[in-house]
Amino acid sequence: MTADTLASPIPTLGRGHKFRFDQVRGAWVILGPERMFVPDEHAVEVLKLIDGTRSVDAIAADLAARFAAPAEQIRADVQTMLADLASRGAVKL
Amino acid sequence: MMAPPPLGLIAELTHRCPLSCPYCSNPLELERASTELDTETWRRVLDQASAIGILQIHFTGGEPLVRRDLPELVRHASALGLYTNIITSGVTLDDRAMAALTSAGVDHIQLSFQDSDAAGNDMIGDSRGAFAKKQAAAARIRQAGLPLTVNFVVHRENVARVPQMIDMAEALHAERTEIAHVQYYGWGLVNRAALLPTRAQLEAATEAVEAARLRLAGRMVIDYVVPDYHAARPKACMGGWAQRFINISPSGRAMPCHAAETLPGFVFPSVRETTLSDIWHKADAFLRFRGTAWMREPCRSCDRREIDWGGCRCQAFALLGDLTATDPACELSPDHGVMQAAVRESGPGAYVFRRIEKARVT
Repeated sequence: MTADTLASPIPTLGRGHKFRFDQVRGAWVILGPERMFVPDEHAVEVLKLIDGTRSVDAIAADLAARFAAPAEQIRADVQTMLADLASRGAVKL
Repeated sequence: MMAPPPLGLIAELTHRCPLSCPYCSNPLELERASTELDTETWRRVLDQASAIGILQIHFTGGEPLVRRDLPELVRHASALGLYTNIITSGVTLDDRAMAALTSAGVDHIQLSFQDSDAAGNDMIGDSRGAFAKKQAAAARIRQAGLPLTVNFVVHRENVARVPQMIDMAEALHAERTEIAHVQYYGWGLVNRAALLPTRAQLEAATEAVEAARLRLAGRMVIDYVVPDYHAARPKACMGGWAQRFINISPSGRAMPCHAAETLPGFVFPSVRETTLSDIWHKADAFLRFRGTAWMREPCRSCDRREIDWGGCRCQAFALLGDLTATDPACELSPDHGVMQAAVRESGPGAYVFRRIEKARVT
């Protein structure tokens, strides 16, 4: 494990936020205080890996392996996506 | 074409409330305790809500905590996977109530304050000691580890204290603050002359909110609701008529918004006899203004018709006597002048407080 990995933050859902599959819409949704988001398919894959133990880097590595994609590119995408969700309070970094 | 499922159910459990705010959003004719839906009926409504795709339940009133079955209803909704939100004045949120709601699985509480200081708060709610009780309620919500929204309704008399309100929300560690200007329906319309802020007051409040948003970015979300009376375009009331919400009155009448009962010529279906699915997809009261087909000019050809949905039907009727007119909040409305006239006629004055039906726990 490199120092860089150790420094990678562990994301959690924001307080009062829930991520779940809605059977009626056939879609994943984030529910929060008087708000909801419908994350796109890429965000859904990231959100599914948020478990309070995986770091941002670990999530990116997992996705890069699964989708056989360049790790650096995936890591940048994951960081951008999580920063966006964090700015809306849905995720804590 | 089948309408997309509703997002939220606004469950007005009761109109009873220990406060008497002169801008209360409840109707002028308050429903009595004896007409309220019973626990079993609410449980059935929650089952139906989940089945048709509703995601969030907003338990409100009046004061929802005066219903002794609130924890049971929260537990039922929670077990169905529904996101549960309680909108409360907090004055009866004691340790026991907090523990019961926490164990029932409540997801979020919105706590109202009427001002940033005790004098203003207790005056507008006509309830001595309310401010201290609300402070204690906020502390209990935090101790329970729940997310907290603090809500302030603002108007001519308290709008100058928006910065102090936001400071207070920050001190209470709220995740979210609502600064909501009074909406002028029902009691608010009765008291409009005394409550309407001046344009200068509104602009100062808006600047304070924008500055605080920058300062608190990433720490606290601030939602801001402006009054229509200084606006150039109307609000998308309820996100559009029957587009997102079902509101159920204490006696079980289902409406697209809480003020819709003021409109003539409607029969609002009761959840005692009609399923939420039939209400959402088939009831005339929900279909009548859904979408854009009902619109006249200038709405019909307006490029904002699917942004603001013609504004608010209740406001069009209340101010113009015509429920299919463009909301006069829109500057394209030929009747936009009624808004400026109301602003000109406003000024400090006495309030008509919401009539108190003494809150009794049932």
